[in-house]
Parts: sequence; C-alpha cells; structure tokens
Amino acid sequence: MTRASGQPAHALSQHLKRLEAESIGIIREVAAEFRNPVMLYSIGKDSGVMLHLALKAFYPGKPPFPLLHIDTGWKFRDMIRHRDRIAARHGVRLLVHTNPDGLARGVNPIASGSQLHTQVMKTEALKQALDKWEFDAAFGGARRDEEKSRAKERVFSFRSAGHVWDPRNQRPELWSLYNTRIAKGETIRVFPLSNWTELDIWLYTRHEQIPVVPLYFAAPRPVIERDGLLIMRDDERMPLEPGEREQVRMVRFRSLGCYPLSAAIESNAATLDDIIEEMLIARTSERSGRLIDSDEAASMEKKKREGYF
Amino acid sequence: MTAYSHDRVTVSSGGPGGPEKGLLRFLTCGSVDDGKSTLIGRLLYDTKLILEDQLAALERDSRKHGTTGDDIDFALLVDGLEAEREQGITIDVAYRFFSTPRRAFIVADTPGHEQYTRNMATGASNSHAAVILIDARKGVLTQTRRHSYICSLLGIRHVVLAVNKIDLVEFSGERFHHIVGDYLGFAQALAFSSITPIPVSARYGDNVTTRSARMSWYDGPTLIEHLEGLDASEGLEGKPFRFPVQWVNRPNLDFRGFSGTVASGVVRAGDRVIVAASGRETTVARIVTADGDLPEAHAGDAVTLTLADEVDVARGDMLAEPQARPEVVDQFAAQVLWMIDEPMLPGRSYLMRIGTQYVPARVTSLKHKTDVNTLEHMAAKTLGLNEIGLCNFSTATPVAFDAYADNRETGAFVLIDRFTNATAGAGMIAFGLRRATNIHRQALLVDKAARARMNGHRPAILWFTGLSGSGKSTIANIVERELHAHGAHTYMLDGDNVRHGLNRDLGFTDADRVENIRRVGEVARLFVDAGAIVLCSFISPFRAERRMVRELVGEGEFVEIHVDTPLEICKQRDPKGLYARAIEGKIKNFTGIDSPYESPEHAEIVVDTGTGSAEDAAQRILEALRQRQVLG
Repeated sequence: MTRASGQPAHALSQHLKRLEAESIGIIREVAAEFRNPVMLYSIGKDSGVMLHLALKAFYPGKPPFPLLHIDTGWKFRDMIRHRDRIAARHGVRLLVHTNPDGLARGVNPIASGSQLHTQVMKTEALKQALDKWEFDAAFGGARRDEEKSRAKERVFSFRSAGHVWDPRNQRPELWSLYNTRIAKGETIRVFPLSNWTELDIWLYTRHEQIPVVPLYFAAPRPVIERDGLLIMRDDERMPLEPGEREQVRMVRFRSLGCYPLSAAIESNAATLDDIIEEMLIARTSERSGRLIDSDEAASMEKKKREGYF
Repeated sequence: MTAYSHDRVTVSSGGPGGPEKGLLRFLTCGSVDDGKSTLIGRLLYDTKLILEDQLAALERDSRKHGTTGDDIDFALLVDGLEAEREQGITIDVAYRFFSTPRRAFIVADTPGHEQYTRNMATGASNSHAAVILIDARKGVLTQTRRHSYICSLLGIRHVVLAVNKIDLVEFSGERFHHIVGDYLGFAQALAFSSITPIPVSARYGDNVTTRSARMSWYDGPTLIEHLEGLDASEGLEGKPFRFPVQWVNRPNLDFRGFSGTVASGVVRAGDRVIVAASGRETTVARIVTADGDLPEAHAGDAVTLTLADEVDVARGDMLAEPQARPEVVDQFAAQVLWMIDEPMLPGRSYLMRIGTQYVPARVTSLKHKTDVNTLEHMAAKTLGLNEIGLCNFSTATPVAFDAYADNRETGAFVLIDRFTNATAGAGMIAFGLRRATNIHRQALLVDKAARARMNGHRPAILWFTGLSGSGKSTIANIVERELHAHGAHTYMLDGDNVRHGLNRDLGFTDADRVENIRRVGEVARLFVDAGAIVLCSFISPFRAERRMVRELVGEGEFVEIHVDTPLEICKQRDPKGLYARAIEGKIKNFTGIDSPYESPEHAEIVVDTGTGSAEDAAQRILEALRQRQVLG
C-alpha cells in the first residue's frame, strides 16, 4: 500500500475544510433520507476521497451503506488489489458486479471497441446492479470541473425509472436544501465531490494521507505507444499490433479505468508532493488520457443521458 | 479607485488580502449578448485553467459554432450542453472553477432571459457576490434591474457592475460614468452593501485580470483583483448558534450523537443549548469529529454533538442558543419564487423543505406579486413560472427559523409538489405571523376519544357545500333536527350567522373567501374536539379550502356533502333574490355567476335536490352517517 509522503505540514486549509464539510453534509443527507443507498467505488483517487469522507461523516459509527464496484474485468490488477485491501481495512461491505450478458457475449475493450465496451460493461452493468439490489440512491465521485456536461449536473441528480437523465429538466438546487423526494422506481445519483477540483483531491489526499493505487505514482513500467498514447499492457489479453513493442518508460496515470483505455503520461512524479507540483504546471486535462471521451465534445453528455456515471 | 457612494452602499476596493482568503462563490448575470460566457472563458483562460487539450477542442468548436471569426470563442467553453451550443444561449446553471495564487473561486454561470429567472436564483442562492454585466453600448436595461433585484432578493450583498464591451464605445470614461450613475440611482432601493463598477472588455481582456492600458481614466482594481480581495464572510459566525440536526448517530448503546452542520454561530463544549421546537434545555457534552473532539465548532463545520441530558431530539430538530432563540411558529410570511409550469395555488398543500425537515405547508394568502422588471407590487391570485410574490404560509407543525435577511442558512426553504416531487418554489422567510410558545401543550386528561365514549357517537364535521340556493341550509337543518332527536350533540355553523359575527370583517374576494373558510374550519375543529357533530353549511367554492378543513381533523371526521343542485334550478329558486342582483351586476364575485364553483371530486355524500325533496336528502345523509359509524 502506498501512503502519502510526509506528515501534514499544517492544518487543513479553509478552502479544503469547507469542501470537506459540504461533502460530509451531503453524504449524511443521503443516509438520512434514502431507504437503500450505495456508494459507487471505482478505486480511483476520487473514490478514495469520497470513501474517506463517508468514514468521517458517520464516525464513530460506520457508513450505513455498502460500496459497489462495477468490475468490467479489465481493470488494472493493482486496482483490484487496492480495492480489496481498502474494503477489508475499513470493514465496509463491498459489492462487486460484472455484466454477465456482456461476459457471455465476449464484449471487451479491444475487440468490441471502447464505446460498446463502456456501454455494456459499465453503463449497462451499473443499471443492472442498481436494479438487482434495489438501490434508491447511488453516490458517485464525479466532479464538476472534469467535463462540460458535468459542470451542469446537480449534486442530487434525479433519474427517472430506467435510470434516464434529462439534462433539460433537472430540479433546481437552491442553498443546501436538497430535494430528496422520489417515487418508486426512480433513483437519485449523488455527487458529494461536485465542487472539488482535481488539485483539491490531491491536496486533500496528501493532507489526510489517504491511500491511493500505486499506478498514480511514476515508476518504470512496460508500455506500448498506440495512436500517440502510452498504454500499459497489464496482462496477455491485449495483443500487440504489428510493429508494436513494449518498452519500459517512467510513467504514471492521472486517471484510472480499464487498462487498454487508460493512457499513461510520462512523468517522474513519484510522491504526492511531486504529483501536486506536476499538476500546478500541467497543460492537459486529466480526462485527456481517457480514450472513451475523445470521440466528440458532447460524448460525455450522451453517455450520461444513457446512465453512465 | 473611483469613489461612488451613497447611503448604505460603500464601494469597496480590491485591497490586499490575507494569505488565504478562502473560497469565493460568485455568479455572473447578464443577458445573452452581454458577453457573460465570454467573460468567464476569459477568466479561465487568463488564470491558466484552460488546458491544451481543452483549447484544442475549443478551437475546433469555435470553427464549427463560433461567432468570433478566427478568434477563439470563449463562450463555447462554458456553454456546456449540446443544445446550448446549438442555440448559443445558456439555459442552465453551470459551475466553473478557477483559482489564483490568492484565492479559489467557483463561478455560477447563469442564464439571463426572464424565462430562466429560476436558474439565476439557483446560482444566486449559493453565491457570496454577483458580477452583473452591462453592455456599454446599451447601458442599464430592464434585465439589469431584474438581475439586480433577484440578487438582492436572494441575499447577495456584494455586486460588481462589469461594464463590458467598453472597447466598442472607444473606452469612454464618460459613457462608463453615465451608466454607473444610472445604475446607482436604481440600486439604491436594493440592500447591497457594496457596489463596485469596473469597465472591462471580456473579449480582449481589459481590466479582467490585467490592467487596461487603454483606460487611463480608470484607477480602480481589475475584476480579478477585486474578487480576490472581497470579504465573502456572511458574518454567520457572529450570529446566534443554530444547528439543524441532520442525522442521529447511534452506532451502539453507549453513544448517541447528533450530526449536522453548524448553520451559524459558534458552539463550545459545555454551552447550554435548547431544542427549538420543545424549548427543552440541555448542555453540549462533546463536539465529536473523526479527527478528535473539538473545543468549539463554527458556522460551516460538519460535526457531531453529544448532549448531557436524554432530551428528545430527532432529524429535523434545531439546536439553538437559549438567549437568542429562533422563531418557532406555524405561520409566517415569505417571498416565494415559483419554479414550475403549474401555478402556485393558495390553499394547496405543498411539502416544505426547511432545514433538515419536510413539513406539509400551504399558502394561506398571496399578498402580492412583484413585477421583476419594475419592482411594482401587483395583486395576484396565483404565481406562475418565474414569478415572485409575498405569501403567508401555514405549516402542519411549527418550524424553527430566522428571517432570511438575518440568516440565509435558517431562513430559506424550498417547496415540493406533493404529486410530482418537482422542486416547485424557493422561499425566503420575511417574518413570523404569530408567536408560538415554547411550552409543551398541556396534555389533557379528557380527550376526544373519551368524550366520544360518553356521547355515544363520534364527532364529525358535516360539510355541506354547493351553490347559493342549492338547499344546503335547509337540508342541514333537517339533519340536525334528526341528530338531536337521536341524542347527538350537535352545532350548526352557517354562512349567514358566521359572517354576521366572527367573520364580519371579511368580504367576498377570493382571499377573503379563503380566510372565511379557514376560520370556520378552526371553529369546527374545536367543536369536533369537544365531541360534537358540527354541521357547516357554506358555499365554499374552492377544493383547496375544503381540503384545508379536511386536513384539520382526524381521518374520517370530515364528511363532505355535495348538495349538487344544478345552477339553473338555484337561479329559479333564488330565495334571497341574490342571483337576480348578481346578474344585474349589483353583486360582484357571486359564485356561479362571475366566480367559479369547483365541484368536489370525492365527496363522501352527494345529494341532488333537483330530483328529490330536502327530507329525502336528509334521510340519505343520516343513513350514510350510520354506515360510516358516526352514529351508533
């Protein structure tokens, strides 16, 4: 397990303290108002912060909801190890769901393409899991600074039966008076990190010494270069194309997903301090390494309407 | 900087801030063409928040949808949704993030059209400051006034007047001063504590983050300098302690904590606090957090309090300072902004979300609505989408609050449609309408059930509704005679006897009709409490008011009897000559003539005197009462 380097240098900044309090308030609100909430846990840095906040919100009790991981079967092995370690460490219930239909059909990111894979193994799988356990509220770690259509999403984001998001017809959200009322079959997605930025996440992770997947830190790793992106072959399922050759480079990941769809960046940032310093001079956004976003600017909104987180 | 001041308004300057000023949330308002999105794009670009891949996407988009020729169209950066990019307007609130070495910012980018007033109010509700854009060519417009009014209504204290497109008026100081003069004349009526005018060109960046070399006459701060230095604290820490209980934390028998976020003030371990609704007093034992116990917690802190005594506290309760208590009442006046297509109807029951509780609430009267463009007050019966009005509310149980002007955290609420769950309205409480006591109601030794046993029948309200001349009172009289003969305790309230006494101050406007029925309902409830069968004979034309009375008493105690005599027959009967006078126009607001009658949809009993005698109708009612076990 990789821990944050060094001790917190000083008290939490006013800014992060406010964000922390706001998120804790949102998480408590869900626990108080919903019958059967769940926290989506995607193993990344945002999920790490979200879980940390949930643990704080109910201290000395435990969060009164389970974690849910939608496993596409193509996550980095390091991520799965991290996931199981964290769940065990905090004694929280972890549910894992993989779309059985997708598995049976052999859907995968390489042969099926990123769009179909994402649709079947993430979006469909998520809807299956929410229906299977009859969750009426699901926390997600999305932030408004990630992407344009996210910038307009509510903290409590209503989904009609069938998990459909209608961006033109969202409930106005005033003050911190969230409307948590839903009818049977309807659900709410809740985004406690709405107002955090990527930098906030890292600063908070460092201050709170929240464990993160080691892939965020630079290390010599075998990668191939494909379409200008550095892809790490995490196992043998990903075939090399003619002329492709694995080469060891000093890389890290800014964003983690399915390994064939997550590009690494060349970096020497081996500690949280390094990552934060790198971020402050970064000139590309974190999702630029996500192959699933790049089709066109509105692709995220399309996926979200269909039920993607 | 240039000095503008009058009355309560001090024009602040962007003086040096401390090392950490904390987060500033502000909104931008302006109409489609004022360059609002361009300004935000410019802020993001100049503060290096636009990254290479986003810039590449922006350049592609600019060629496809842009309006700035070969230049980058910054507006496309913030108009996120597909539809908006196509239409070139901002239809929702978008939140944008940027920071400078001195401060972090969250911008709520809100649309300017009148039909998006609710979106603007949403952005304003969480903002400390507003940047109001004015097109230098156009000056102060109707929409400038509307935006300013909404900002002031939502409690924004600091306004920046960004006079944009100053490049298009040759960077004219004269033009700028003229616009500012206009604005200050208007804004005097609004309760802003600072107004800072800045001439800018969002497109070229003048005075946004860098000082313009083209306006030597302006020596004030740039927009970003001003925002960096702005004091955003709402003074919440200095206000009385308020703590809406959000979650009762009870992991085991040894720990019982009350989790929530301090809405205002400061609390220390050992402080005396009260539970606002019951007035019960206790002491804060510990302030628990995952990072260890705190000696004190301040406004905005999310903590868990443990109390020294076993007092009854649940989600929805508010803990408060004993020396400075919130109001605890079930009737108050509030400004309401309506946010759904279906109009707000006085009398209808909505769900009110206030603090951490939901409580059924209804509008007892709409005092007036405000024209958002002229600020004029107008009489109104309903509020439509994006309309704002001052309403009196009645809640099912007393709620604890402070006036919105005193405390934005504890003085706001939202209204939810009980059928669709849509967020229907936003409210800002002006003042309480009657003092409630903090004393428990005396528990009574003899209650309604005991009286019913003694009486040998159950109490009930028999509510006769129907047109004037339908036969309500005639039938009610016969029913009462029969009930009396059976030994039942009865009382009759009818329109004529009540209007000569209790309600002689009321006329026949819609508002007075609502109040008439409310009072009758309250009196009837007392009779029901006393164990009586009370017969009420009132035209009571509106469903909402009949429902209001229904909700005053217990399940099954309200029996609605629709005396469904056709209007034509009532007109022919015209026992008091009222129809004739109404038709001649000598009586206004006469039900059935120039005022509507809303037929009951689910009346317990329907009788029609057009086809049978009043005696027959009375017998049918008595039979129905036996079936409903009102009579033994």
